[in-house]
Amino acid sequence: MNAVLHKEQLSQDVFLMRLRAPLIAEERRAGQFVILSVDEEFGERIPLTIADADVGEGSITIIFQRVGQTTDALAGLEPGDSVAAVLGPLGTPTHIENFGTAVCLGGGIGIAPLFPIVQALKQAGNRLTVILGARTKGLVILEERMRGLADELIVCTDDGSYGRKALVTEPLKECCQRTPKPDLAVAIGPPLMMKFCAEATRPFGVKTVVSLNTIMVDGTGMCGGCRITVGGKTKFVCVDGPEFDGHQVDFAELVNRLSAYRPQEKDAHDRWHRDHQCRLDTHQRT
Amino acid sequence: MTEPHPSPQELDARARQLLDQLTRDGRELKPKERLAIPAQEMPSQDPALRRRNITEVALGYTEAQARLEALRCLQCKNKPCVAGCPVAIDIPAFVQAIAAGDFAQAVAIIKRNSLLPAVCGRVCPQETQCQEPCTVGKALKDPARSVSIGRLERFVADWERERGEIVTPAVKPPTGRRVAVIGSGPASLVVAADVRREGHAVTVYEAFHKFGGVMLYGIPEFRLAKAIVRTEVETLRRMGVELIPNFVVGRTRKLRDLMAKDGYDAVFIGTGAGLPKFMHIPGENLVGVFSANEYLTRANLMRAYDKGRAATPIYSSRKVAVLGGGNVAMDSARTAVRLGAEEVHLIYRRTEKEMPARIEEVEHAKEEGVIFHLLQNAKGVLGDEHGRVRAIEVLRYELGEPDSSGRRRPVEVKGSEFIMELDTVVVAIGNDSNPLIKQTTPGLETNQWGNIITGEDGQTSIPRVFAGGDIVLGAATVILAMGQGRRAAAAINRMLAADTQDAKP
Repeated sequence: MNAVLHKEQLSQDVFLMRLRAPLIAEERRAGQFVILSVDEEFGERIPLTIADADVGEGSITIIFQRVGQTTDALAGLEPGDSVAAVLGPLGTPTHIENFGTAVCLGGGIGIAPLFPIVQALKQAGNRLTVILGARTKGLVILEERMRGLADELIVCTDDGSYGRKALVTEPLKECCQRTPKPDLAVAIGPPLMMKFCAEATRPFGVKTVVSLNTIMVDGTGMCGGCRITVGGKTKFVCVDGPEFDGHQVDFAELVNRLSAYRPQEKDAHDRWHRDHQCRLDTHQRT
Repeated sequence: MTEPHPSPQELDARARQLLDQLTRDGRELKPKERLAIPAQEMPSQDPALRRRNITEVALGYTEAQARLEALRCLQCKNKPCVAGCPVAIDIPAFVQAIAAGDFAQAVAIIKRNSLLPAVCGRVCPQETQCQEPCTVGKALKDPARSVSIGRLERFVADWERERGEIVTPAVKPPTGRRVAVIGSGPASLVVAADVRREGHAVTVYEAFHKFGGVMLYGIPEFRLAKAIVRTEVETLRRMGVELIPNFVVGRTRKLRDLMAKDGYDAVFIGTGAGLPKFMHIPGENLVGVFSANEYLTRANLMRAYDKGRAATPIYSSRKVAVLGGGNVAMDSARTAVRLGAEEVHLIYRRTEKEMPARIEEVEHAKEEGVIFHLLQNAKGVLGDEHGRVRAIEVLRYELGEPDSSGRRRPVEVKGSEFIMELDTVVVAIGNDSNPLIKQTTPGLETNQWGNIITGEDGQTSIPRVFAGGDIVLGAATVILAMGQGRRAAAAINRMLAADTQDAKP
């Protein structure tokens, strides 16, 4: 059992939690994730990136968006509660070295998995431009912590409520047009954002790493539920990834496979709300 | 198949009557009389009912049936059955104890060699192991009428468990030596128990949140009730084995660190063959195509069959095709039936004779309405405009010349392609060994299929590291994994005993 040590609401539906997980904290590298479950008997296993770790405290940080039954339940936990199961660190760590100049893009909740990579690239001596994008001001997360690491920070919102009114691909293109052009781009966010980032850098020949967020069950390579086509070959995101060359990823397939359980997900979420609503009502009556 | 399904009560009544007749005067039966006893049929749930539930299909012998079946054994001096058992259980002895009604004695005899009789009695392919050389089957010129050793083993194991008096094996005083066991499938459980009995401290590390490996995530509830696996694991806990879930060796901790940092004196790798093989045909990544591992893990381990309670979803299917002919294919097809699919098709490129699945499982699948397509194979999966499976393209095969394995090779019939409309495809064509430990442990030697190379006693290329089960054998059986675990455990125990000798002044 992994105790919740700290919880913080970053925006309306985005939460940061520090969980006790000393072994994972010690072993984890940038780019890795955990699989967690909030109920041993009937819970499902969901993947979440390790956004940060504190070896001294023996904790890892996760940042998640409330989008369905399990993340709803997770958001309902408080310090002192425990997460039933946390498995990790999983996935192949990000390849980190001093590339020179790197541009790192995070979209929405994708800013969370980007953070440890920015940290590690900075530590390796890279010059960093960080571009954060969100639909609206309230959804920009980790801005201050990113500012502490980035040589240049650009914030964009779709509705112009904060920073530039633009998609992240705009400043990305501008970066690519600079001389010298960036040595590496890292883009993490919704599949379409990653796809368009890869399309933006392709003509410039800037290597672009993306982190894929497929459906997962075990996270250890034994089921292939997370499989995806990269460069014409089938890869397992949980073991071979989650990071791949964005210019090689079949994004249409990724988007498609993410939709596999849409109807069941909606049913489960509705049911969870109904059940919890009932319980609230009962409480109020007594 | 048209006979009415006999109820357990009917089978029991018939057995009681005959048992009374045979044992009335208390005399020893002649071999001829033994051979005349009808082979006892396994009571099972009616196919029409069991298609709608996940509880066990086979219900197990009644006492009278078990004793009658045991009386069929001729007590051969040369014991051909024992040679057919990978862990060499003294079969005639335990069968004789059952015939005499001394079930506790029967359990004790089995447990000298096997720790998981309730599991093995259910899932071992006895027809190709202990029951294959049985003299009774030979005498009756029908291997299907050999003494049902597996069902008898199951009967006494269940008898013991249901009485709630499972004997915890004795453990020797602590030796101060520590052994890490990676994985909690059948090979690992045997190693944990055998090493612990010698007084060494044992820790089992499991990546999933529950213990039992394939017995839990692979073999469905309707073939092996999970409560049985839980009981077996509890026995280990009572012996003082430490069980740690949610710990993936290679990631949470590197294998070598278990020895270097955590101070284990030996490590056993029993991580199995958990890497699903795919067909590498067009359309295999469409939504609605699953590896059998994923399909069964969702259904079994994550309990997706319990739609009202489980958070893990499972694909809603009307028409399902399962590709393959092994036990995993049967399990997938029969799971699909229970999840409510209207039609389940099993597609296999050879004939029924070559199917690696157990005959009993093939029969059960047919009784439950699974439609068999033999000498056929999927050539591609076709999707609709939303990227979901809408059909598969199937190619017919015929049998050609025998190949190197002696089996007649299936050859495609050119131009025989046809389209089968359906919404789900489950690929059950086998597993390769899980590569995670190999990838994260430099110096660990493996063969071209990724199986760990070991000596006779399970020793790997790294000193003090042993391996066994499917990670060494490739996908095999529960009992073979146990046999390997037993040998590796003996080697570990010998090594640790020698350490202790050396340590003495």
